[in-house]
Amino acid sequence: MTHPRLQLEGITKRYPGALANDSVSLTVMPGEIHAVLGENGAGKSTLMKVIYGAVRPDAGVVRWNGAPVQVRSPHEARAHGISMVFQHFSLFDTLTVAENVLLGLDRTVNLRAVIDGIRDKAGEYGLDIDPLRPVHTLSVGERQRVEIVRALLTDPRLLILDEPTSVLTPHAVERLFVTLRRLADTGCSILYISHKLDEIRALCHRCTVLRGGRVSGVVDPTRETTASLSRLMIGAEPPRLEHRAGTGGEIALRVHDLTLAPREPFGVALENVALEVRAGEVAGIAGVSGNGQRELLAAISGEDRRAQARAIELLGQPVGAASPRARRGIGLHFVPEERLGRGAVPSMSLADNLLLTRDDRELLGAFGWIRRRARDAMAARIIRRFGVKAGGPQAPVRSLSGGNLQKYIVGREIDARPRVLVLSQPTWGVDVGAAAQIRGEILALRDAGCAVLVVSEDFDELFELTDRLYVIARGRLSPPLPTARASPQQVGEWMSGLWAGAASA
Amino acid sequence: MLRLEARQTASRLMSALSPVIAVAITVLVAAALFVALGRDPVRGLAVFLVEPLANRYALTELALKATPLVLCAIGLSLCFRANVWNIGAEGQFLLGAIAGGGVALWATVNVGVLPRPALVPLVLVAGMLGGAGWAAITALLRDRFNANEILVSLMLVYVAQLLLSYLVFGPWKDPQGYNFPQTRSFDAAAMLPLLVPQSRLHVGALIALALVAATWVLMFRTFAGFQLQVGGVAPLAARYAGFPARRALWSAMLLSGGFAGLAGAMEAAGPLGQLTPNVSTGYGFTAIIVAFVGRLHPVGCVLSGLLLSMFVIGGELSQSRLGLPSALTGVFEGLLLFSLLACDTLVHYRVRFGRG
Repeated sequence: MTHPRLQLEGITKRYPGALANDSVSLTVMPGEIHAVLGENGAGKSTLMKVIYGAVRPDAGVVRWNGAPVQVRSPHEARAHGISMVFQHFSLFDTLTVAENVLLGLDRTVNLRAVIDGIRDKAGEYGLDIDPLRPVHTLSVGERQRVEIVRALLTDPRLLILDEPTSVLTPHAVERLFVTLRRLADTGCSILYISHKLDEIRALCHRCTVLRGGRVSGVVDPTRETTASLSRLMIGAEPPRLEHRAGTGGEIALRVHDLTLAPREPFGVALENVALEVRAGEVAGIAGVSGNGQRELLAAISGEDRRAQARAIELLGQPVGAASPRARRGIGLHFVPEERLGRGAVPSMSLADNLLLTRDDRELLGAFGWIRRRARDAMAARIIRRFGVKAGGPQAPVRSLSGGNLQKYIVGREIDARPRVLVLSQPTWGVDVGAAAQIRGEILALRDAGCAVLVVSEDFDELFELTDRLYVIARGRLSPPLPTARASPQQVGEWMSGLWAGAASA
Repeated sequence: MLRLEARQTASRLMSALSPVIAVAITVLVAAALFVALGRDPVRGLAVFLVEPLANRYALTELALKATPLVLCAIGLSLCFRANVWNIGAEGQFLLGAIAGGGVALWATVNVGVLPRPALVPLVLVAGMLGGAGWAAITALLRDRFNANEILVSLMLVYVAQLLLSYLVFGPWKDPQGYNFPQTRSFDAAAMLPLLVPQSRLHVGALIALALVAATWVLMFRTFAGFQLQVGGVAPLAARYAGFPARRALWSAMLLSGGFAGLAGAMEAAGPLGQLTPNVSTGYGFTAIIVAFVGRLHPVGCVLSGLLLSMFVIGGELSQSRLGLPSALTGVFEGLLLFSLLACDTLVHYRVRFGRG
């Protein structure tokens, strides 16, 4: 009989204050695409780190092709043929794609061969990537492609993918699935970590569901419904969003004929970007990351102040050259894509992090004196209202999980009662419950008359949230499309820059 | 086998313990060093650790030397927290001494032109302006041309030393000074009043303590201090929030330059009472160690300032008591910083035994 490619028995890992894995068992056969489903914090990442040798379990056995093994390091894991694409990338910003890949390979090969290898694999799997670009110029989506190519170059026998589709277009997801199926046909086993139920049902042969560090079920996902999987995962069905069409009021944010040269090498130039967001509606921008989203958002937020004053109007006032703080004063709040280091300072407390964007009279007295009691009260209020799991207002940001931190940051901006709210990837890497909550809050804010702009690569999210959709491709923005009349196919086509009139623009 | 394992969150306990462990390591190595030099380690350590605390006069000397160290160090703490690497406190100290000493010298020559009570404040303000002005050169070059502030501020130290030498060897030399490179002794009215009679400890120590408190308030209670620190630890977050990076650079440089300059003016118009080429015994450089051992915290800087002041005094005593060069001070200071940086690893990592 064939041995399972990988078999875990009774894996237990305890961290100070948390039992991440509680006697978890998992069996993956050769050529099987096996899903590991669970909310953030269910213990998926810890389990994968155990398999990959990055974390050692307190108890339990790992069998590889039937023989017990101790995987003591990622190096050993790769020697066995286990490769992993992490959700959080481990790339050196200052090095090029090829140099990063070279560093990850254990064999001694020269850079030339790596460059060729990347081009081959990238071509084979349709992953558009230039091996010579420095990583710091890449968007999140592009960085993930680097990680995937890096893993494929080791010709793995077991490939672990942690939330791989969160930054891909539907078309690219399809292509990735084709790739993964082809890879599985060659006998490579795939562990597919996700909380996207549709994807798991479309791709995977078996599915192990984790809840609170324990296995809550092992099922054939093709025979399950989204609702039944969801019950296994969170113990309940996902909260449904009540979407009601927004009522467009007056124009709150208008970008007009915005053309900006890239500020950094390999940045994207913005060309004649025009967009409007009205009070009481959610506008969305779809597109594959690295097509100018970052540049456009920096110009809107005020982090990039090179625009003509008139190019960006906020509630009728020209703000193209105004500071982020001045724009906040008018009522614009922004939730950036990067939470750690940009949206929040990792080493500082939740309470202190309020001062990044809540620098108004509520928290500051004369001479910039910090009203500490008001600050702590506000932090406690946001933690309570948005259900942030944290040790309290004084807990350092670094101690929060990604989803909880996102809830806190979104909460911080929503609590400011903005008149215009701009969000980038509002639910990236956030678990289902928290994502639903964040989307619900966004819609509630819209209903209260706020103008909302959501930039996302998550199709479901855009179709669920927005009233009108723009598509961004190579620094150009499409005309708006009422979401109710848009189809994913059409938006997918537009993502490659092919909208009517695009050529004449 | 030993290995390091990353902690989930930085250890507060280790952050506080690290300087203590570093001091312990330094003492142990120092003892070994005394043995290697053929001296009694107990007696050697006593010179550094006991004699500076032996009596009232010794304690006033300890406070006297700690004053400029603490003043420079709290300014540097502000800079380092803002990610502005001002290494040139020594130069800013010297310019403060030149400016403050210059005013004192002018008042000595032109007695009666200014009311006597105005002289000391004038000397101190001149010192602050001198130091801040010197730091402004670094800030300007960094701001306008993106010149590396580490190099610029460091090199300006040597320019400041040469400027001081030029003045005391040349135009400011005491005509009755038998051609020694020194200025006249300052008029008593231009000098800082003593805090403790029959000592050299002056009121500058109190001013330093007041500024420690003010810096603490700035750092931990005001929005300006918050902005400064965000710019240091998370520049992207500062940009996102719209905190001006230029203002952080300028305010950190000007404040630390002003503090160092004040310390220089106090030294000139305090224990020295004149300008010589050797106004500073490296206070500005030692203050870098004071700042780090004090965890870039104003109150911590007071404690570490006293500690390093013991080292400075111990070094001077070791010449007469042990027949060892005063360069020993530098060795111990380096040892301390080195051990501290090593111990700081334990803040973010824990040591595990066994195979990795």
